[in-house]
Amino acid sequence: MSPVDDSVKGMAERVKTGQISAQSLVSSCFQYIRQVEPKVHALLAHDEELAMEKARALDRLPLSERRELRLAGIPLVVKDNLVTEDLDTTAGSRILEGFRSPYTASVVKRAEEQGAIVVAKSNLDEFGMGSSTEHSVYGPTMNPWDFSRVPGGSSGGSAAAVAAGMAPLALGSDTGGSIRQPAAFCGIVGIKPTYGRVSRYGLIAYASSLDQVGPLARTVEDTALLLQVISGHDPLDATSAQMPVPDYLAQLDRPLQGLRVGVPREYFGDGIDANVKMVVEDVLERLKQEGVSMVEIDMPHTQYAVAAYYLLAPAEASSNLSRFDGVRYGLRVPAGDLRTLYQRTRAQGMGDEVRRRVLLGTHVLSAGYYDQYYVRAQKVRALIRRDFERAFEQVDLVVTPSAPELPFALGSRADDPMKMYLSDICTVTANLAGLPALSVPAGFESGLPVGIQWIGPAWSEDLLLRVGRMVERVVVRPPWPKL
Amino acid sequence: MPYQVVVGLEVHVELKTKTKLFCQCANAFGSEPNTHTCPVCLAMPGALPVLNQAAVELAVKAGIALQCTIHCHSKFDRKQYFYPDLPKAYQISQYDLPFAEWGHVNIVADGQRKQVRIRRIHMEEDAGKLNHLGQSLEQSEGSLVDLNRAGVPLIEIVSEPDMTSADEARRYLTELRAVLSYLDVSDLRMEEGSMRCDANVSLKPEDYTGSLEDLPRVEVKNVNSIRNVGRAIEYEIERQSERLAQGQRIIKETRGFDDARGRTYSQRSKEEANDYRYFPEPDLPPLVLDSSWLARLQAALPMLPDAWRERLESLGLSANEIEVLVQDPSQIQFLQEAMEMTTEVRALTRWMLADMLRLLNERGLSFAQSPVRPAQLVELLNFIADGRISGRMAKEILENMFVSGESAGQLVDRLGMAQISDDAVLRGQVAEVIAEHGKVVDDYHSGKERALGFLVGQVMKRTRGQASPEVVNRLLKEALGSSVS
Ligand SMILES: [Zn+2]
Repeated sequence: MSPVDDSVKGMAERVKTGQISAQSLVSSCFQYIRQVEPKVHALLAHDEELAMEKARALDRLPLSERRELRLAGIPLVVKDNLVTEDLDTTAGSRILEGFRSPYTASVVKRAEEQGAIVVAKSNLDEFGMGSSTEHSVYGPTMNPWDFSRVPGGSSGGSAAAVAAGMAPLALGSDTGGSIRQPAAFCGIVGIKPTYGRVSRYGLIAYASSLDQVGPLARTVEDTALLLQVISGHDPLDATSAQMPVPDYLAQLDRPLQGLRVGVPREYFGDGIDANVKMVVEDVLERLKQEGVSMVEIDMPHTQYAVAAYYLLAPAEASSNLSRFDGVRYGLRVPAGDLRTLYQRTRAQGMGDEVRRRVLLGTHVLSAGYYDQYYVRAQKVRALIRRDFERAFEQVDLVVTPSAPELPFALGSRADDPMKMYLSDICTVTANLAGLPALSVPAGFESGLPVGIQWIGPAWSEDLLLRVGRMVERVVVRPPWPKL
Repeated sequence: MPYQVVVGLEVHVELKTKTKLFCQCANAFGSEPNTHTCPVCLAMPGALPVLNQAAVELAVKAGIALQCTIHCHSKFDRKQYFYPDLPKAYQISQYDLPFAEWGHVNIVADGQRKQVRIRRIHMEEDAGKLNHLGQSLEQSEGSLVDLNRAGVPLIEIVSEPDMTSADEARRYLTELRAVLSYLDVSDLRMEEGSMRCDANVSLKPEDYTGSLEDLPRVEVKNVNSIRNVGRAIEYEIERQSERLAQGQRIIKETRGFDDARGRTYSQRSKEEANDYRYFPEPDLPPLVLDSSWLARLQAALPMLPDAWRERLESLGLSANEIEVLVQDPSQIQFLQEAMEMTTEVRALTRWMLADMLRLLNERGLSFAQSPVRPAQLVELLNFIADGRISGRMAKEILENMFVSGESAGQLVDRLGMAQISDDAVLRGQVAEVIAEHGKVVDDYHSGKERALGFLVGQVMKRTRGQASPEVVNRLLKEALGSSVS
């Protein structure tokens, strides 16, 4: 049975007061993982003994110290592109097979400082490049709602683990939708914070100007709690902001009055599955009855977003992944000369999709193409940002589907990267504009979850979470899948 | 056909910060390999750079001192290439928006003042070092990577191609080093690599009207002393003009300099040059400098060589003295402190450049390390000015000051070296000497000038050198004059 039987707040409260021990929580977690993981394959490295040791240490803390921990004894799953000293970090790639980082990512440290216990690293598309978690050299992850379907990606392992009840909380990363789309596919909550809200130190960079770490959880409240813990300035990340972090939990149930929501035509037109559209529009209808006003708006540059994203993200990726050269760590395929060593190591160490994006990005930055591709894509990025600025002059938030489709069948996109890239159509704009965006379950269609996405102005996570809470109240959801 | 020599220099200067440019590792030379490393400078997965503000301050100081326009908005870029000494496979540098541009350095060449323009100065990180195993690179069986230097802060100072000879290049480098040494922003040791120079040399036919950029340019990389930069340029001028005379083309290429043979040699041709795929560094926000901070930095800058030249010239020092003084900021520092205590600047500089310099050189010390501090030298010079001691005595006292660390006053007392300039005391000695040397007195009267010198010497001997030579001279003349009449 899943150890997740209460809110994270409730579970942590029981650990703090000694009603249950962290050890029993962690041990039941591993017991359940052993049972369901073979069906879902959400996880990579884990070390039960080490996790139990940490749980024991937490149980031994004096009550006065333990009650200060917001995540006391809470099992946490960490996407395997966040480095950890205690567990191998592979980023889903052969080139980092067996790699042990000498340091731990800032977000993981913050969660651990609050009493969270990392039970496992989670599966992902190699280096975060993909929307299905099929592009992991360690095999695909299955959607807990339907094992024949993908959990979304690239944080598919994190999303599936939470949906399956292996752990109540998970950390993911989102470069073009990699938290929100899998959250939607797995029927859970996920938020991509404002760029700079959460430290990237220790996140293996895919596209540095777009990457952001964020939480995945079963409820908005749980999501808010983990976001609270990981947010805030980190002196080790020069792009993390010196902005104060509001108390997300305290705000959560404050009523929303006179909320104006923008419904951009561009996100409800061609390319969006009719079933998805129906479920999302149904939620909007119910919210109207709750007093939320819906305003149709135009975001004319949306149509160029995916193209701009697939120039900028690979450009940065081609540079970020250059450090995997076989010299200092990870895979090294020996050769007689340096050039061949680089070529063989990288060719054998990186999968097709990663090589595709590295080559694309290298081309984008090459002399003679830079202006045509990189510079123009940056212009599109500025225009998309302006679309949002204009929208937020009229409305408080923008609402869209989280993904253009229902979870698709495993293997159905394998030979069609273009189709796969279009899975990001609803989500990439928030990354390009650096804005916070939340995906919450909107309902179900044919037994498969559908997500609804809320995009707000910079630093409006508190507002997004309050709206998410409202959505939770109007959406009727089925029980969690029995695995 | 006659050619004009066109030389431009790119100078890399390591900044003297406590820590590296983007991490907290020590910026130190000569440690065990890979002891000053961390996840950031090892380019471990997930590590991020954070800019060292102290490095920015030193870099901007250099920019101001080199008369550049400082840009309040600049940014960092990634320069990308694969090499084992470059852990991230990109160097964080500044490409199209450097923090400083349009400066200059004044030099004197062939007796003429000349301005060498500086095109730009940018900040960047240093790479690590490769130590090749085996006898030579060709036979090397492997290489060891040392990343202690990876991430050390550098500024690259790019001149315009304004120099027309090896001599001008040497003078530019000498002046550049002098200016930077006043700021104390770098160790500036070319032999240790904390200052490195690449020289771009081309020959421009007299009738050439195109852009200098389009001339086939040879870049001589990493020459390890100012003197060798001059030698390398001289060699290149000769080599290139010979090729042209033989009707051969100059190939755009990178060459190294062989110190022992005094020759440059081909390293790689530029035609197969890297495409560095520069793009803005997304891990660092743009570098924004506060204008009031800039103003404070400017105000706190020390007086620079050119200003000192002007000041010393107005005090009547010779051009030679001035040049020797301004080349070494520790001399200027010493001079400046001393000048606060005396107006006798001529005497001061004469003593500094002669006896002080000799005594320091004998001990391998700089003025900064001198055991005789400015106040002590001034005290000694004041004794001469007061007539308490002679110049000759002062020399002896100064030597003793170096040895024992005593002050001039203490030594005068201990060695009993106070000068005798009391007429009453010396008149008796003078009379005795005249009485003893009748023959010499006769010589004097018959017009032999040297006779007087002999008599002065005799008085000095009797007083063991403590008599004031001027007083003795006067008294002797008085006495001899009266004996004639
Ligand atoms: Zn370091």
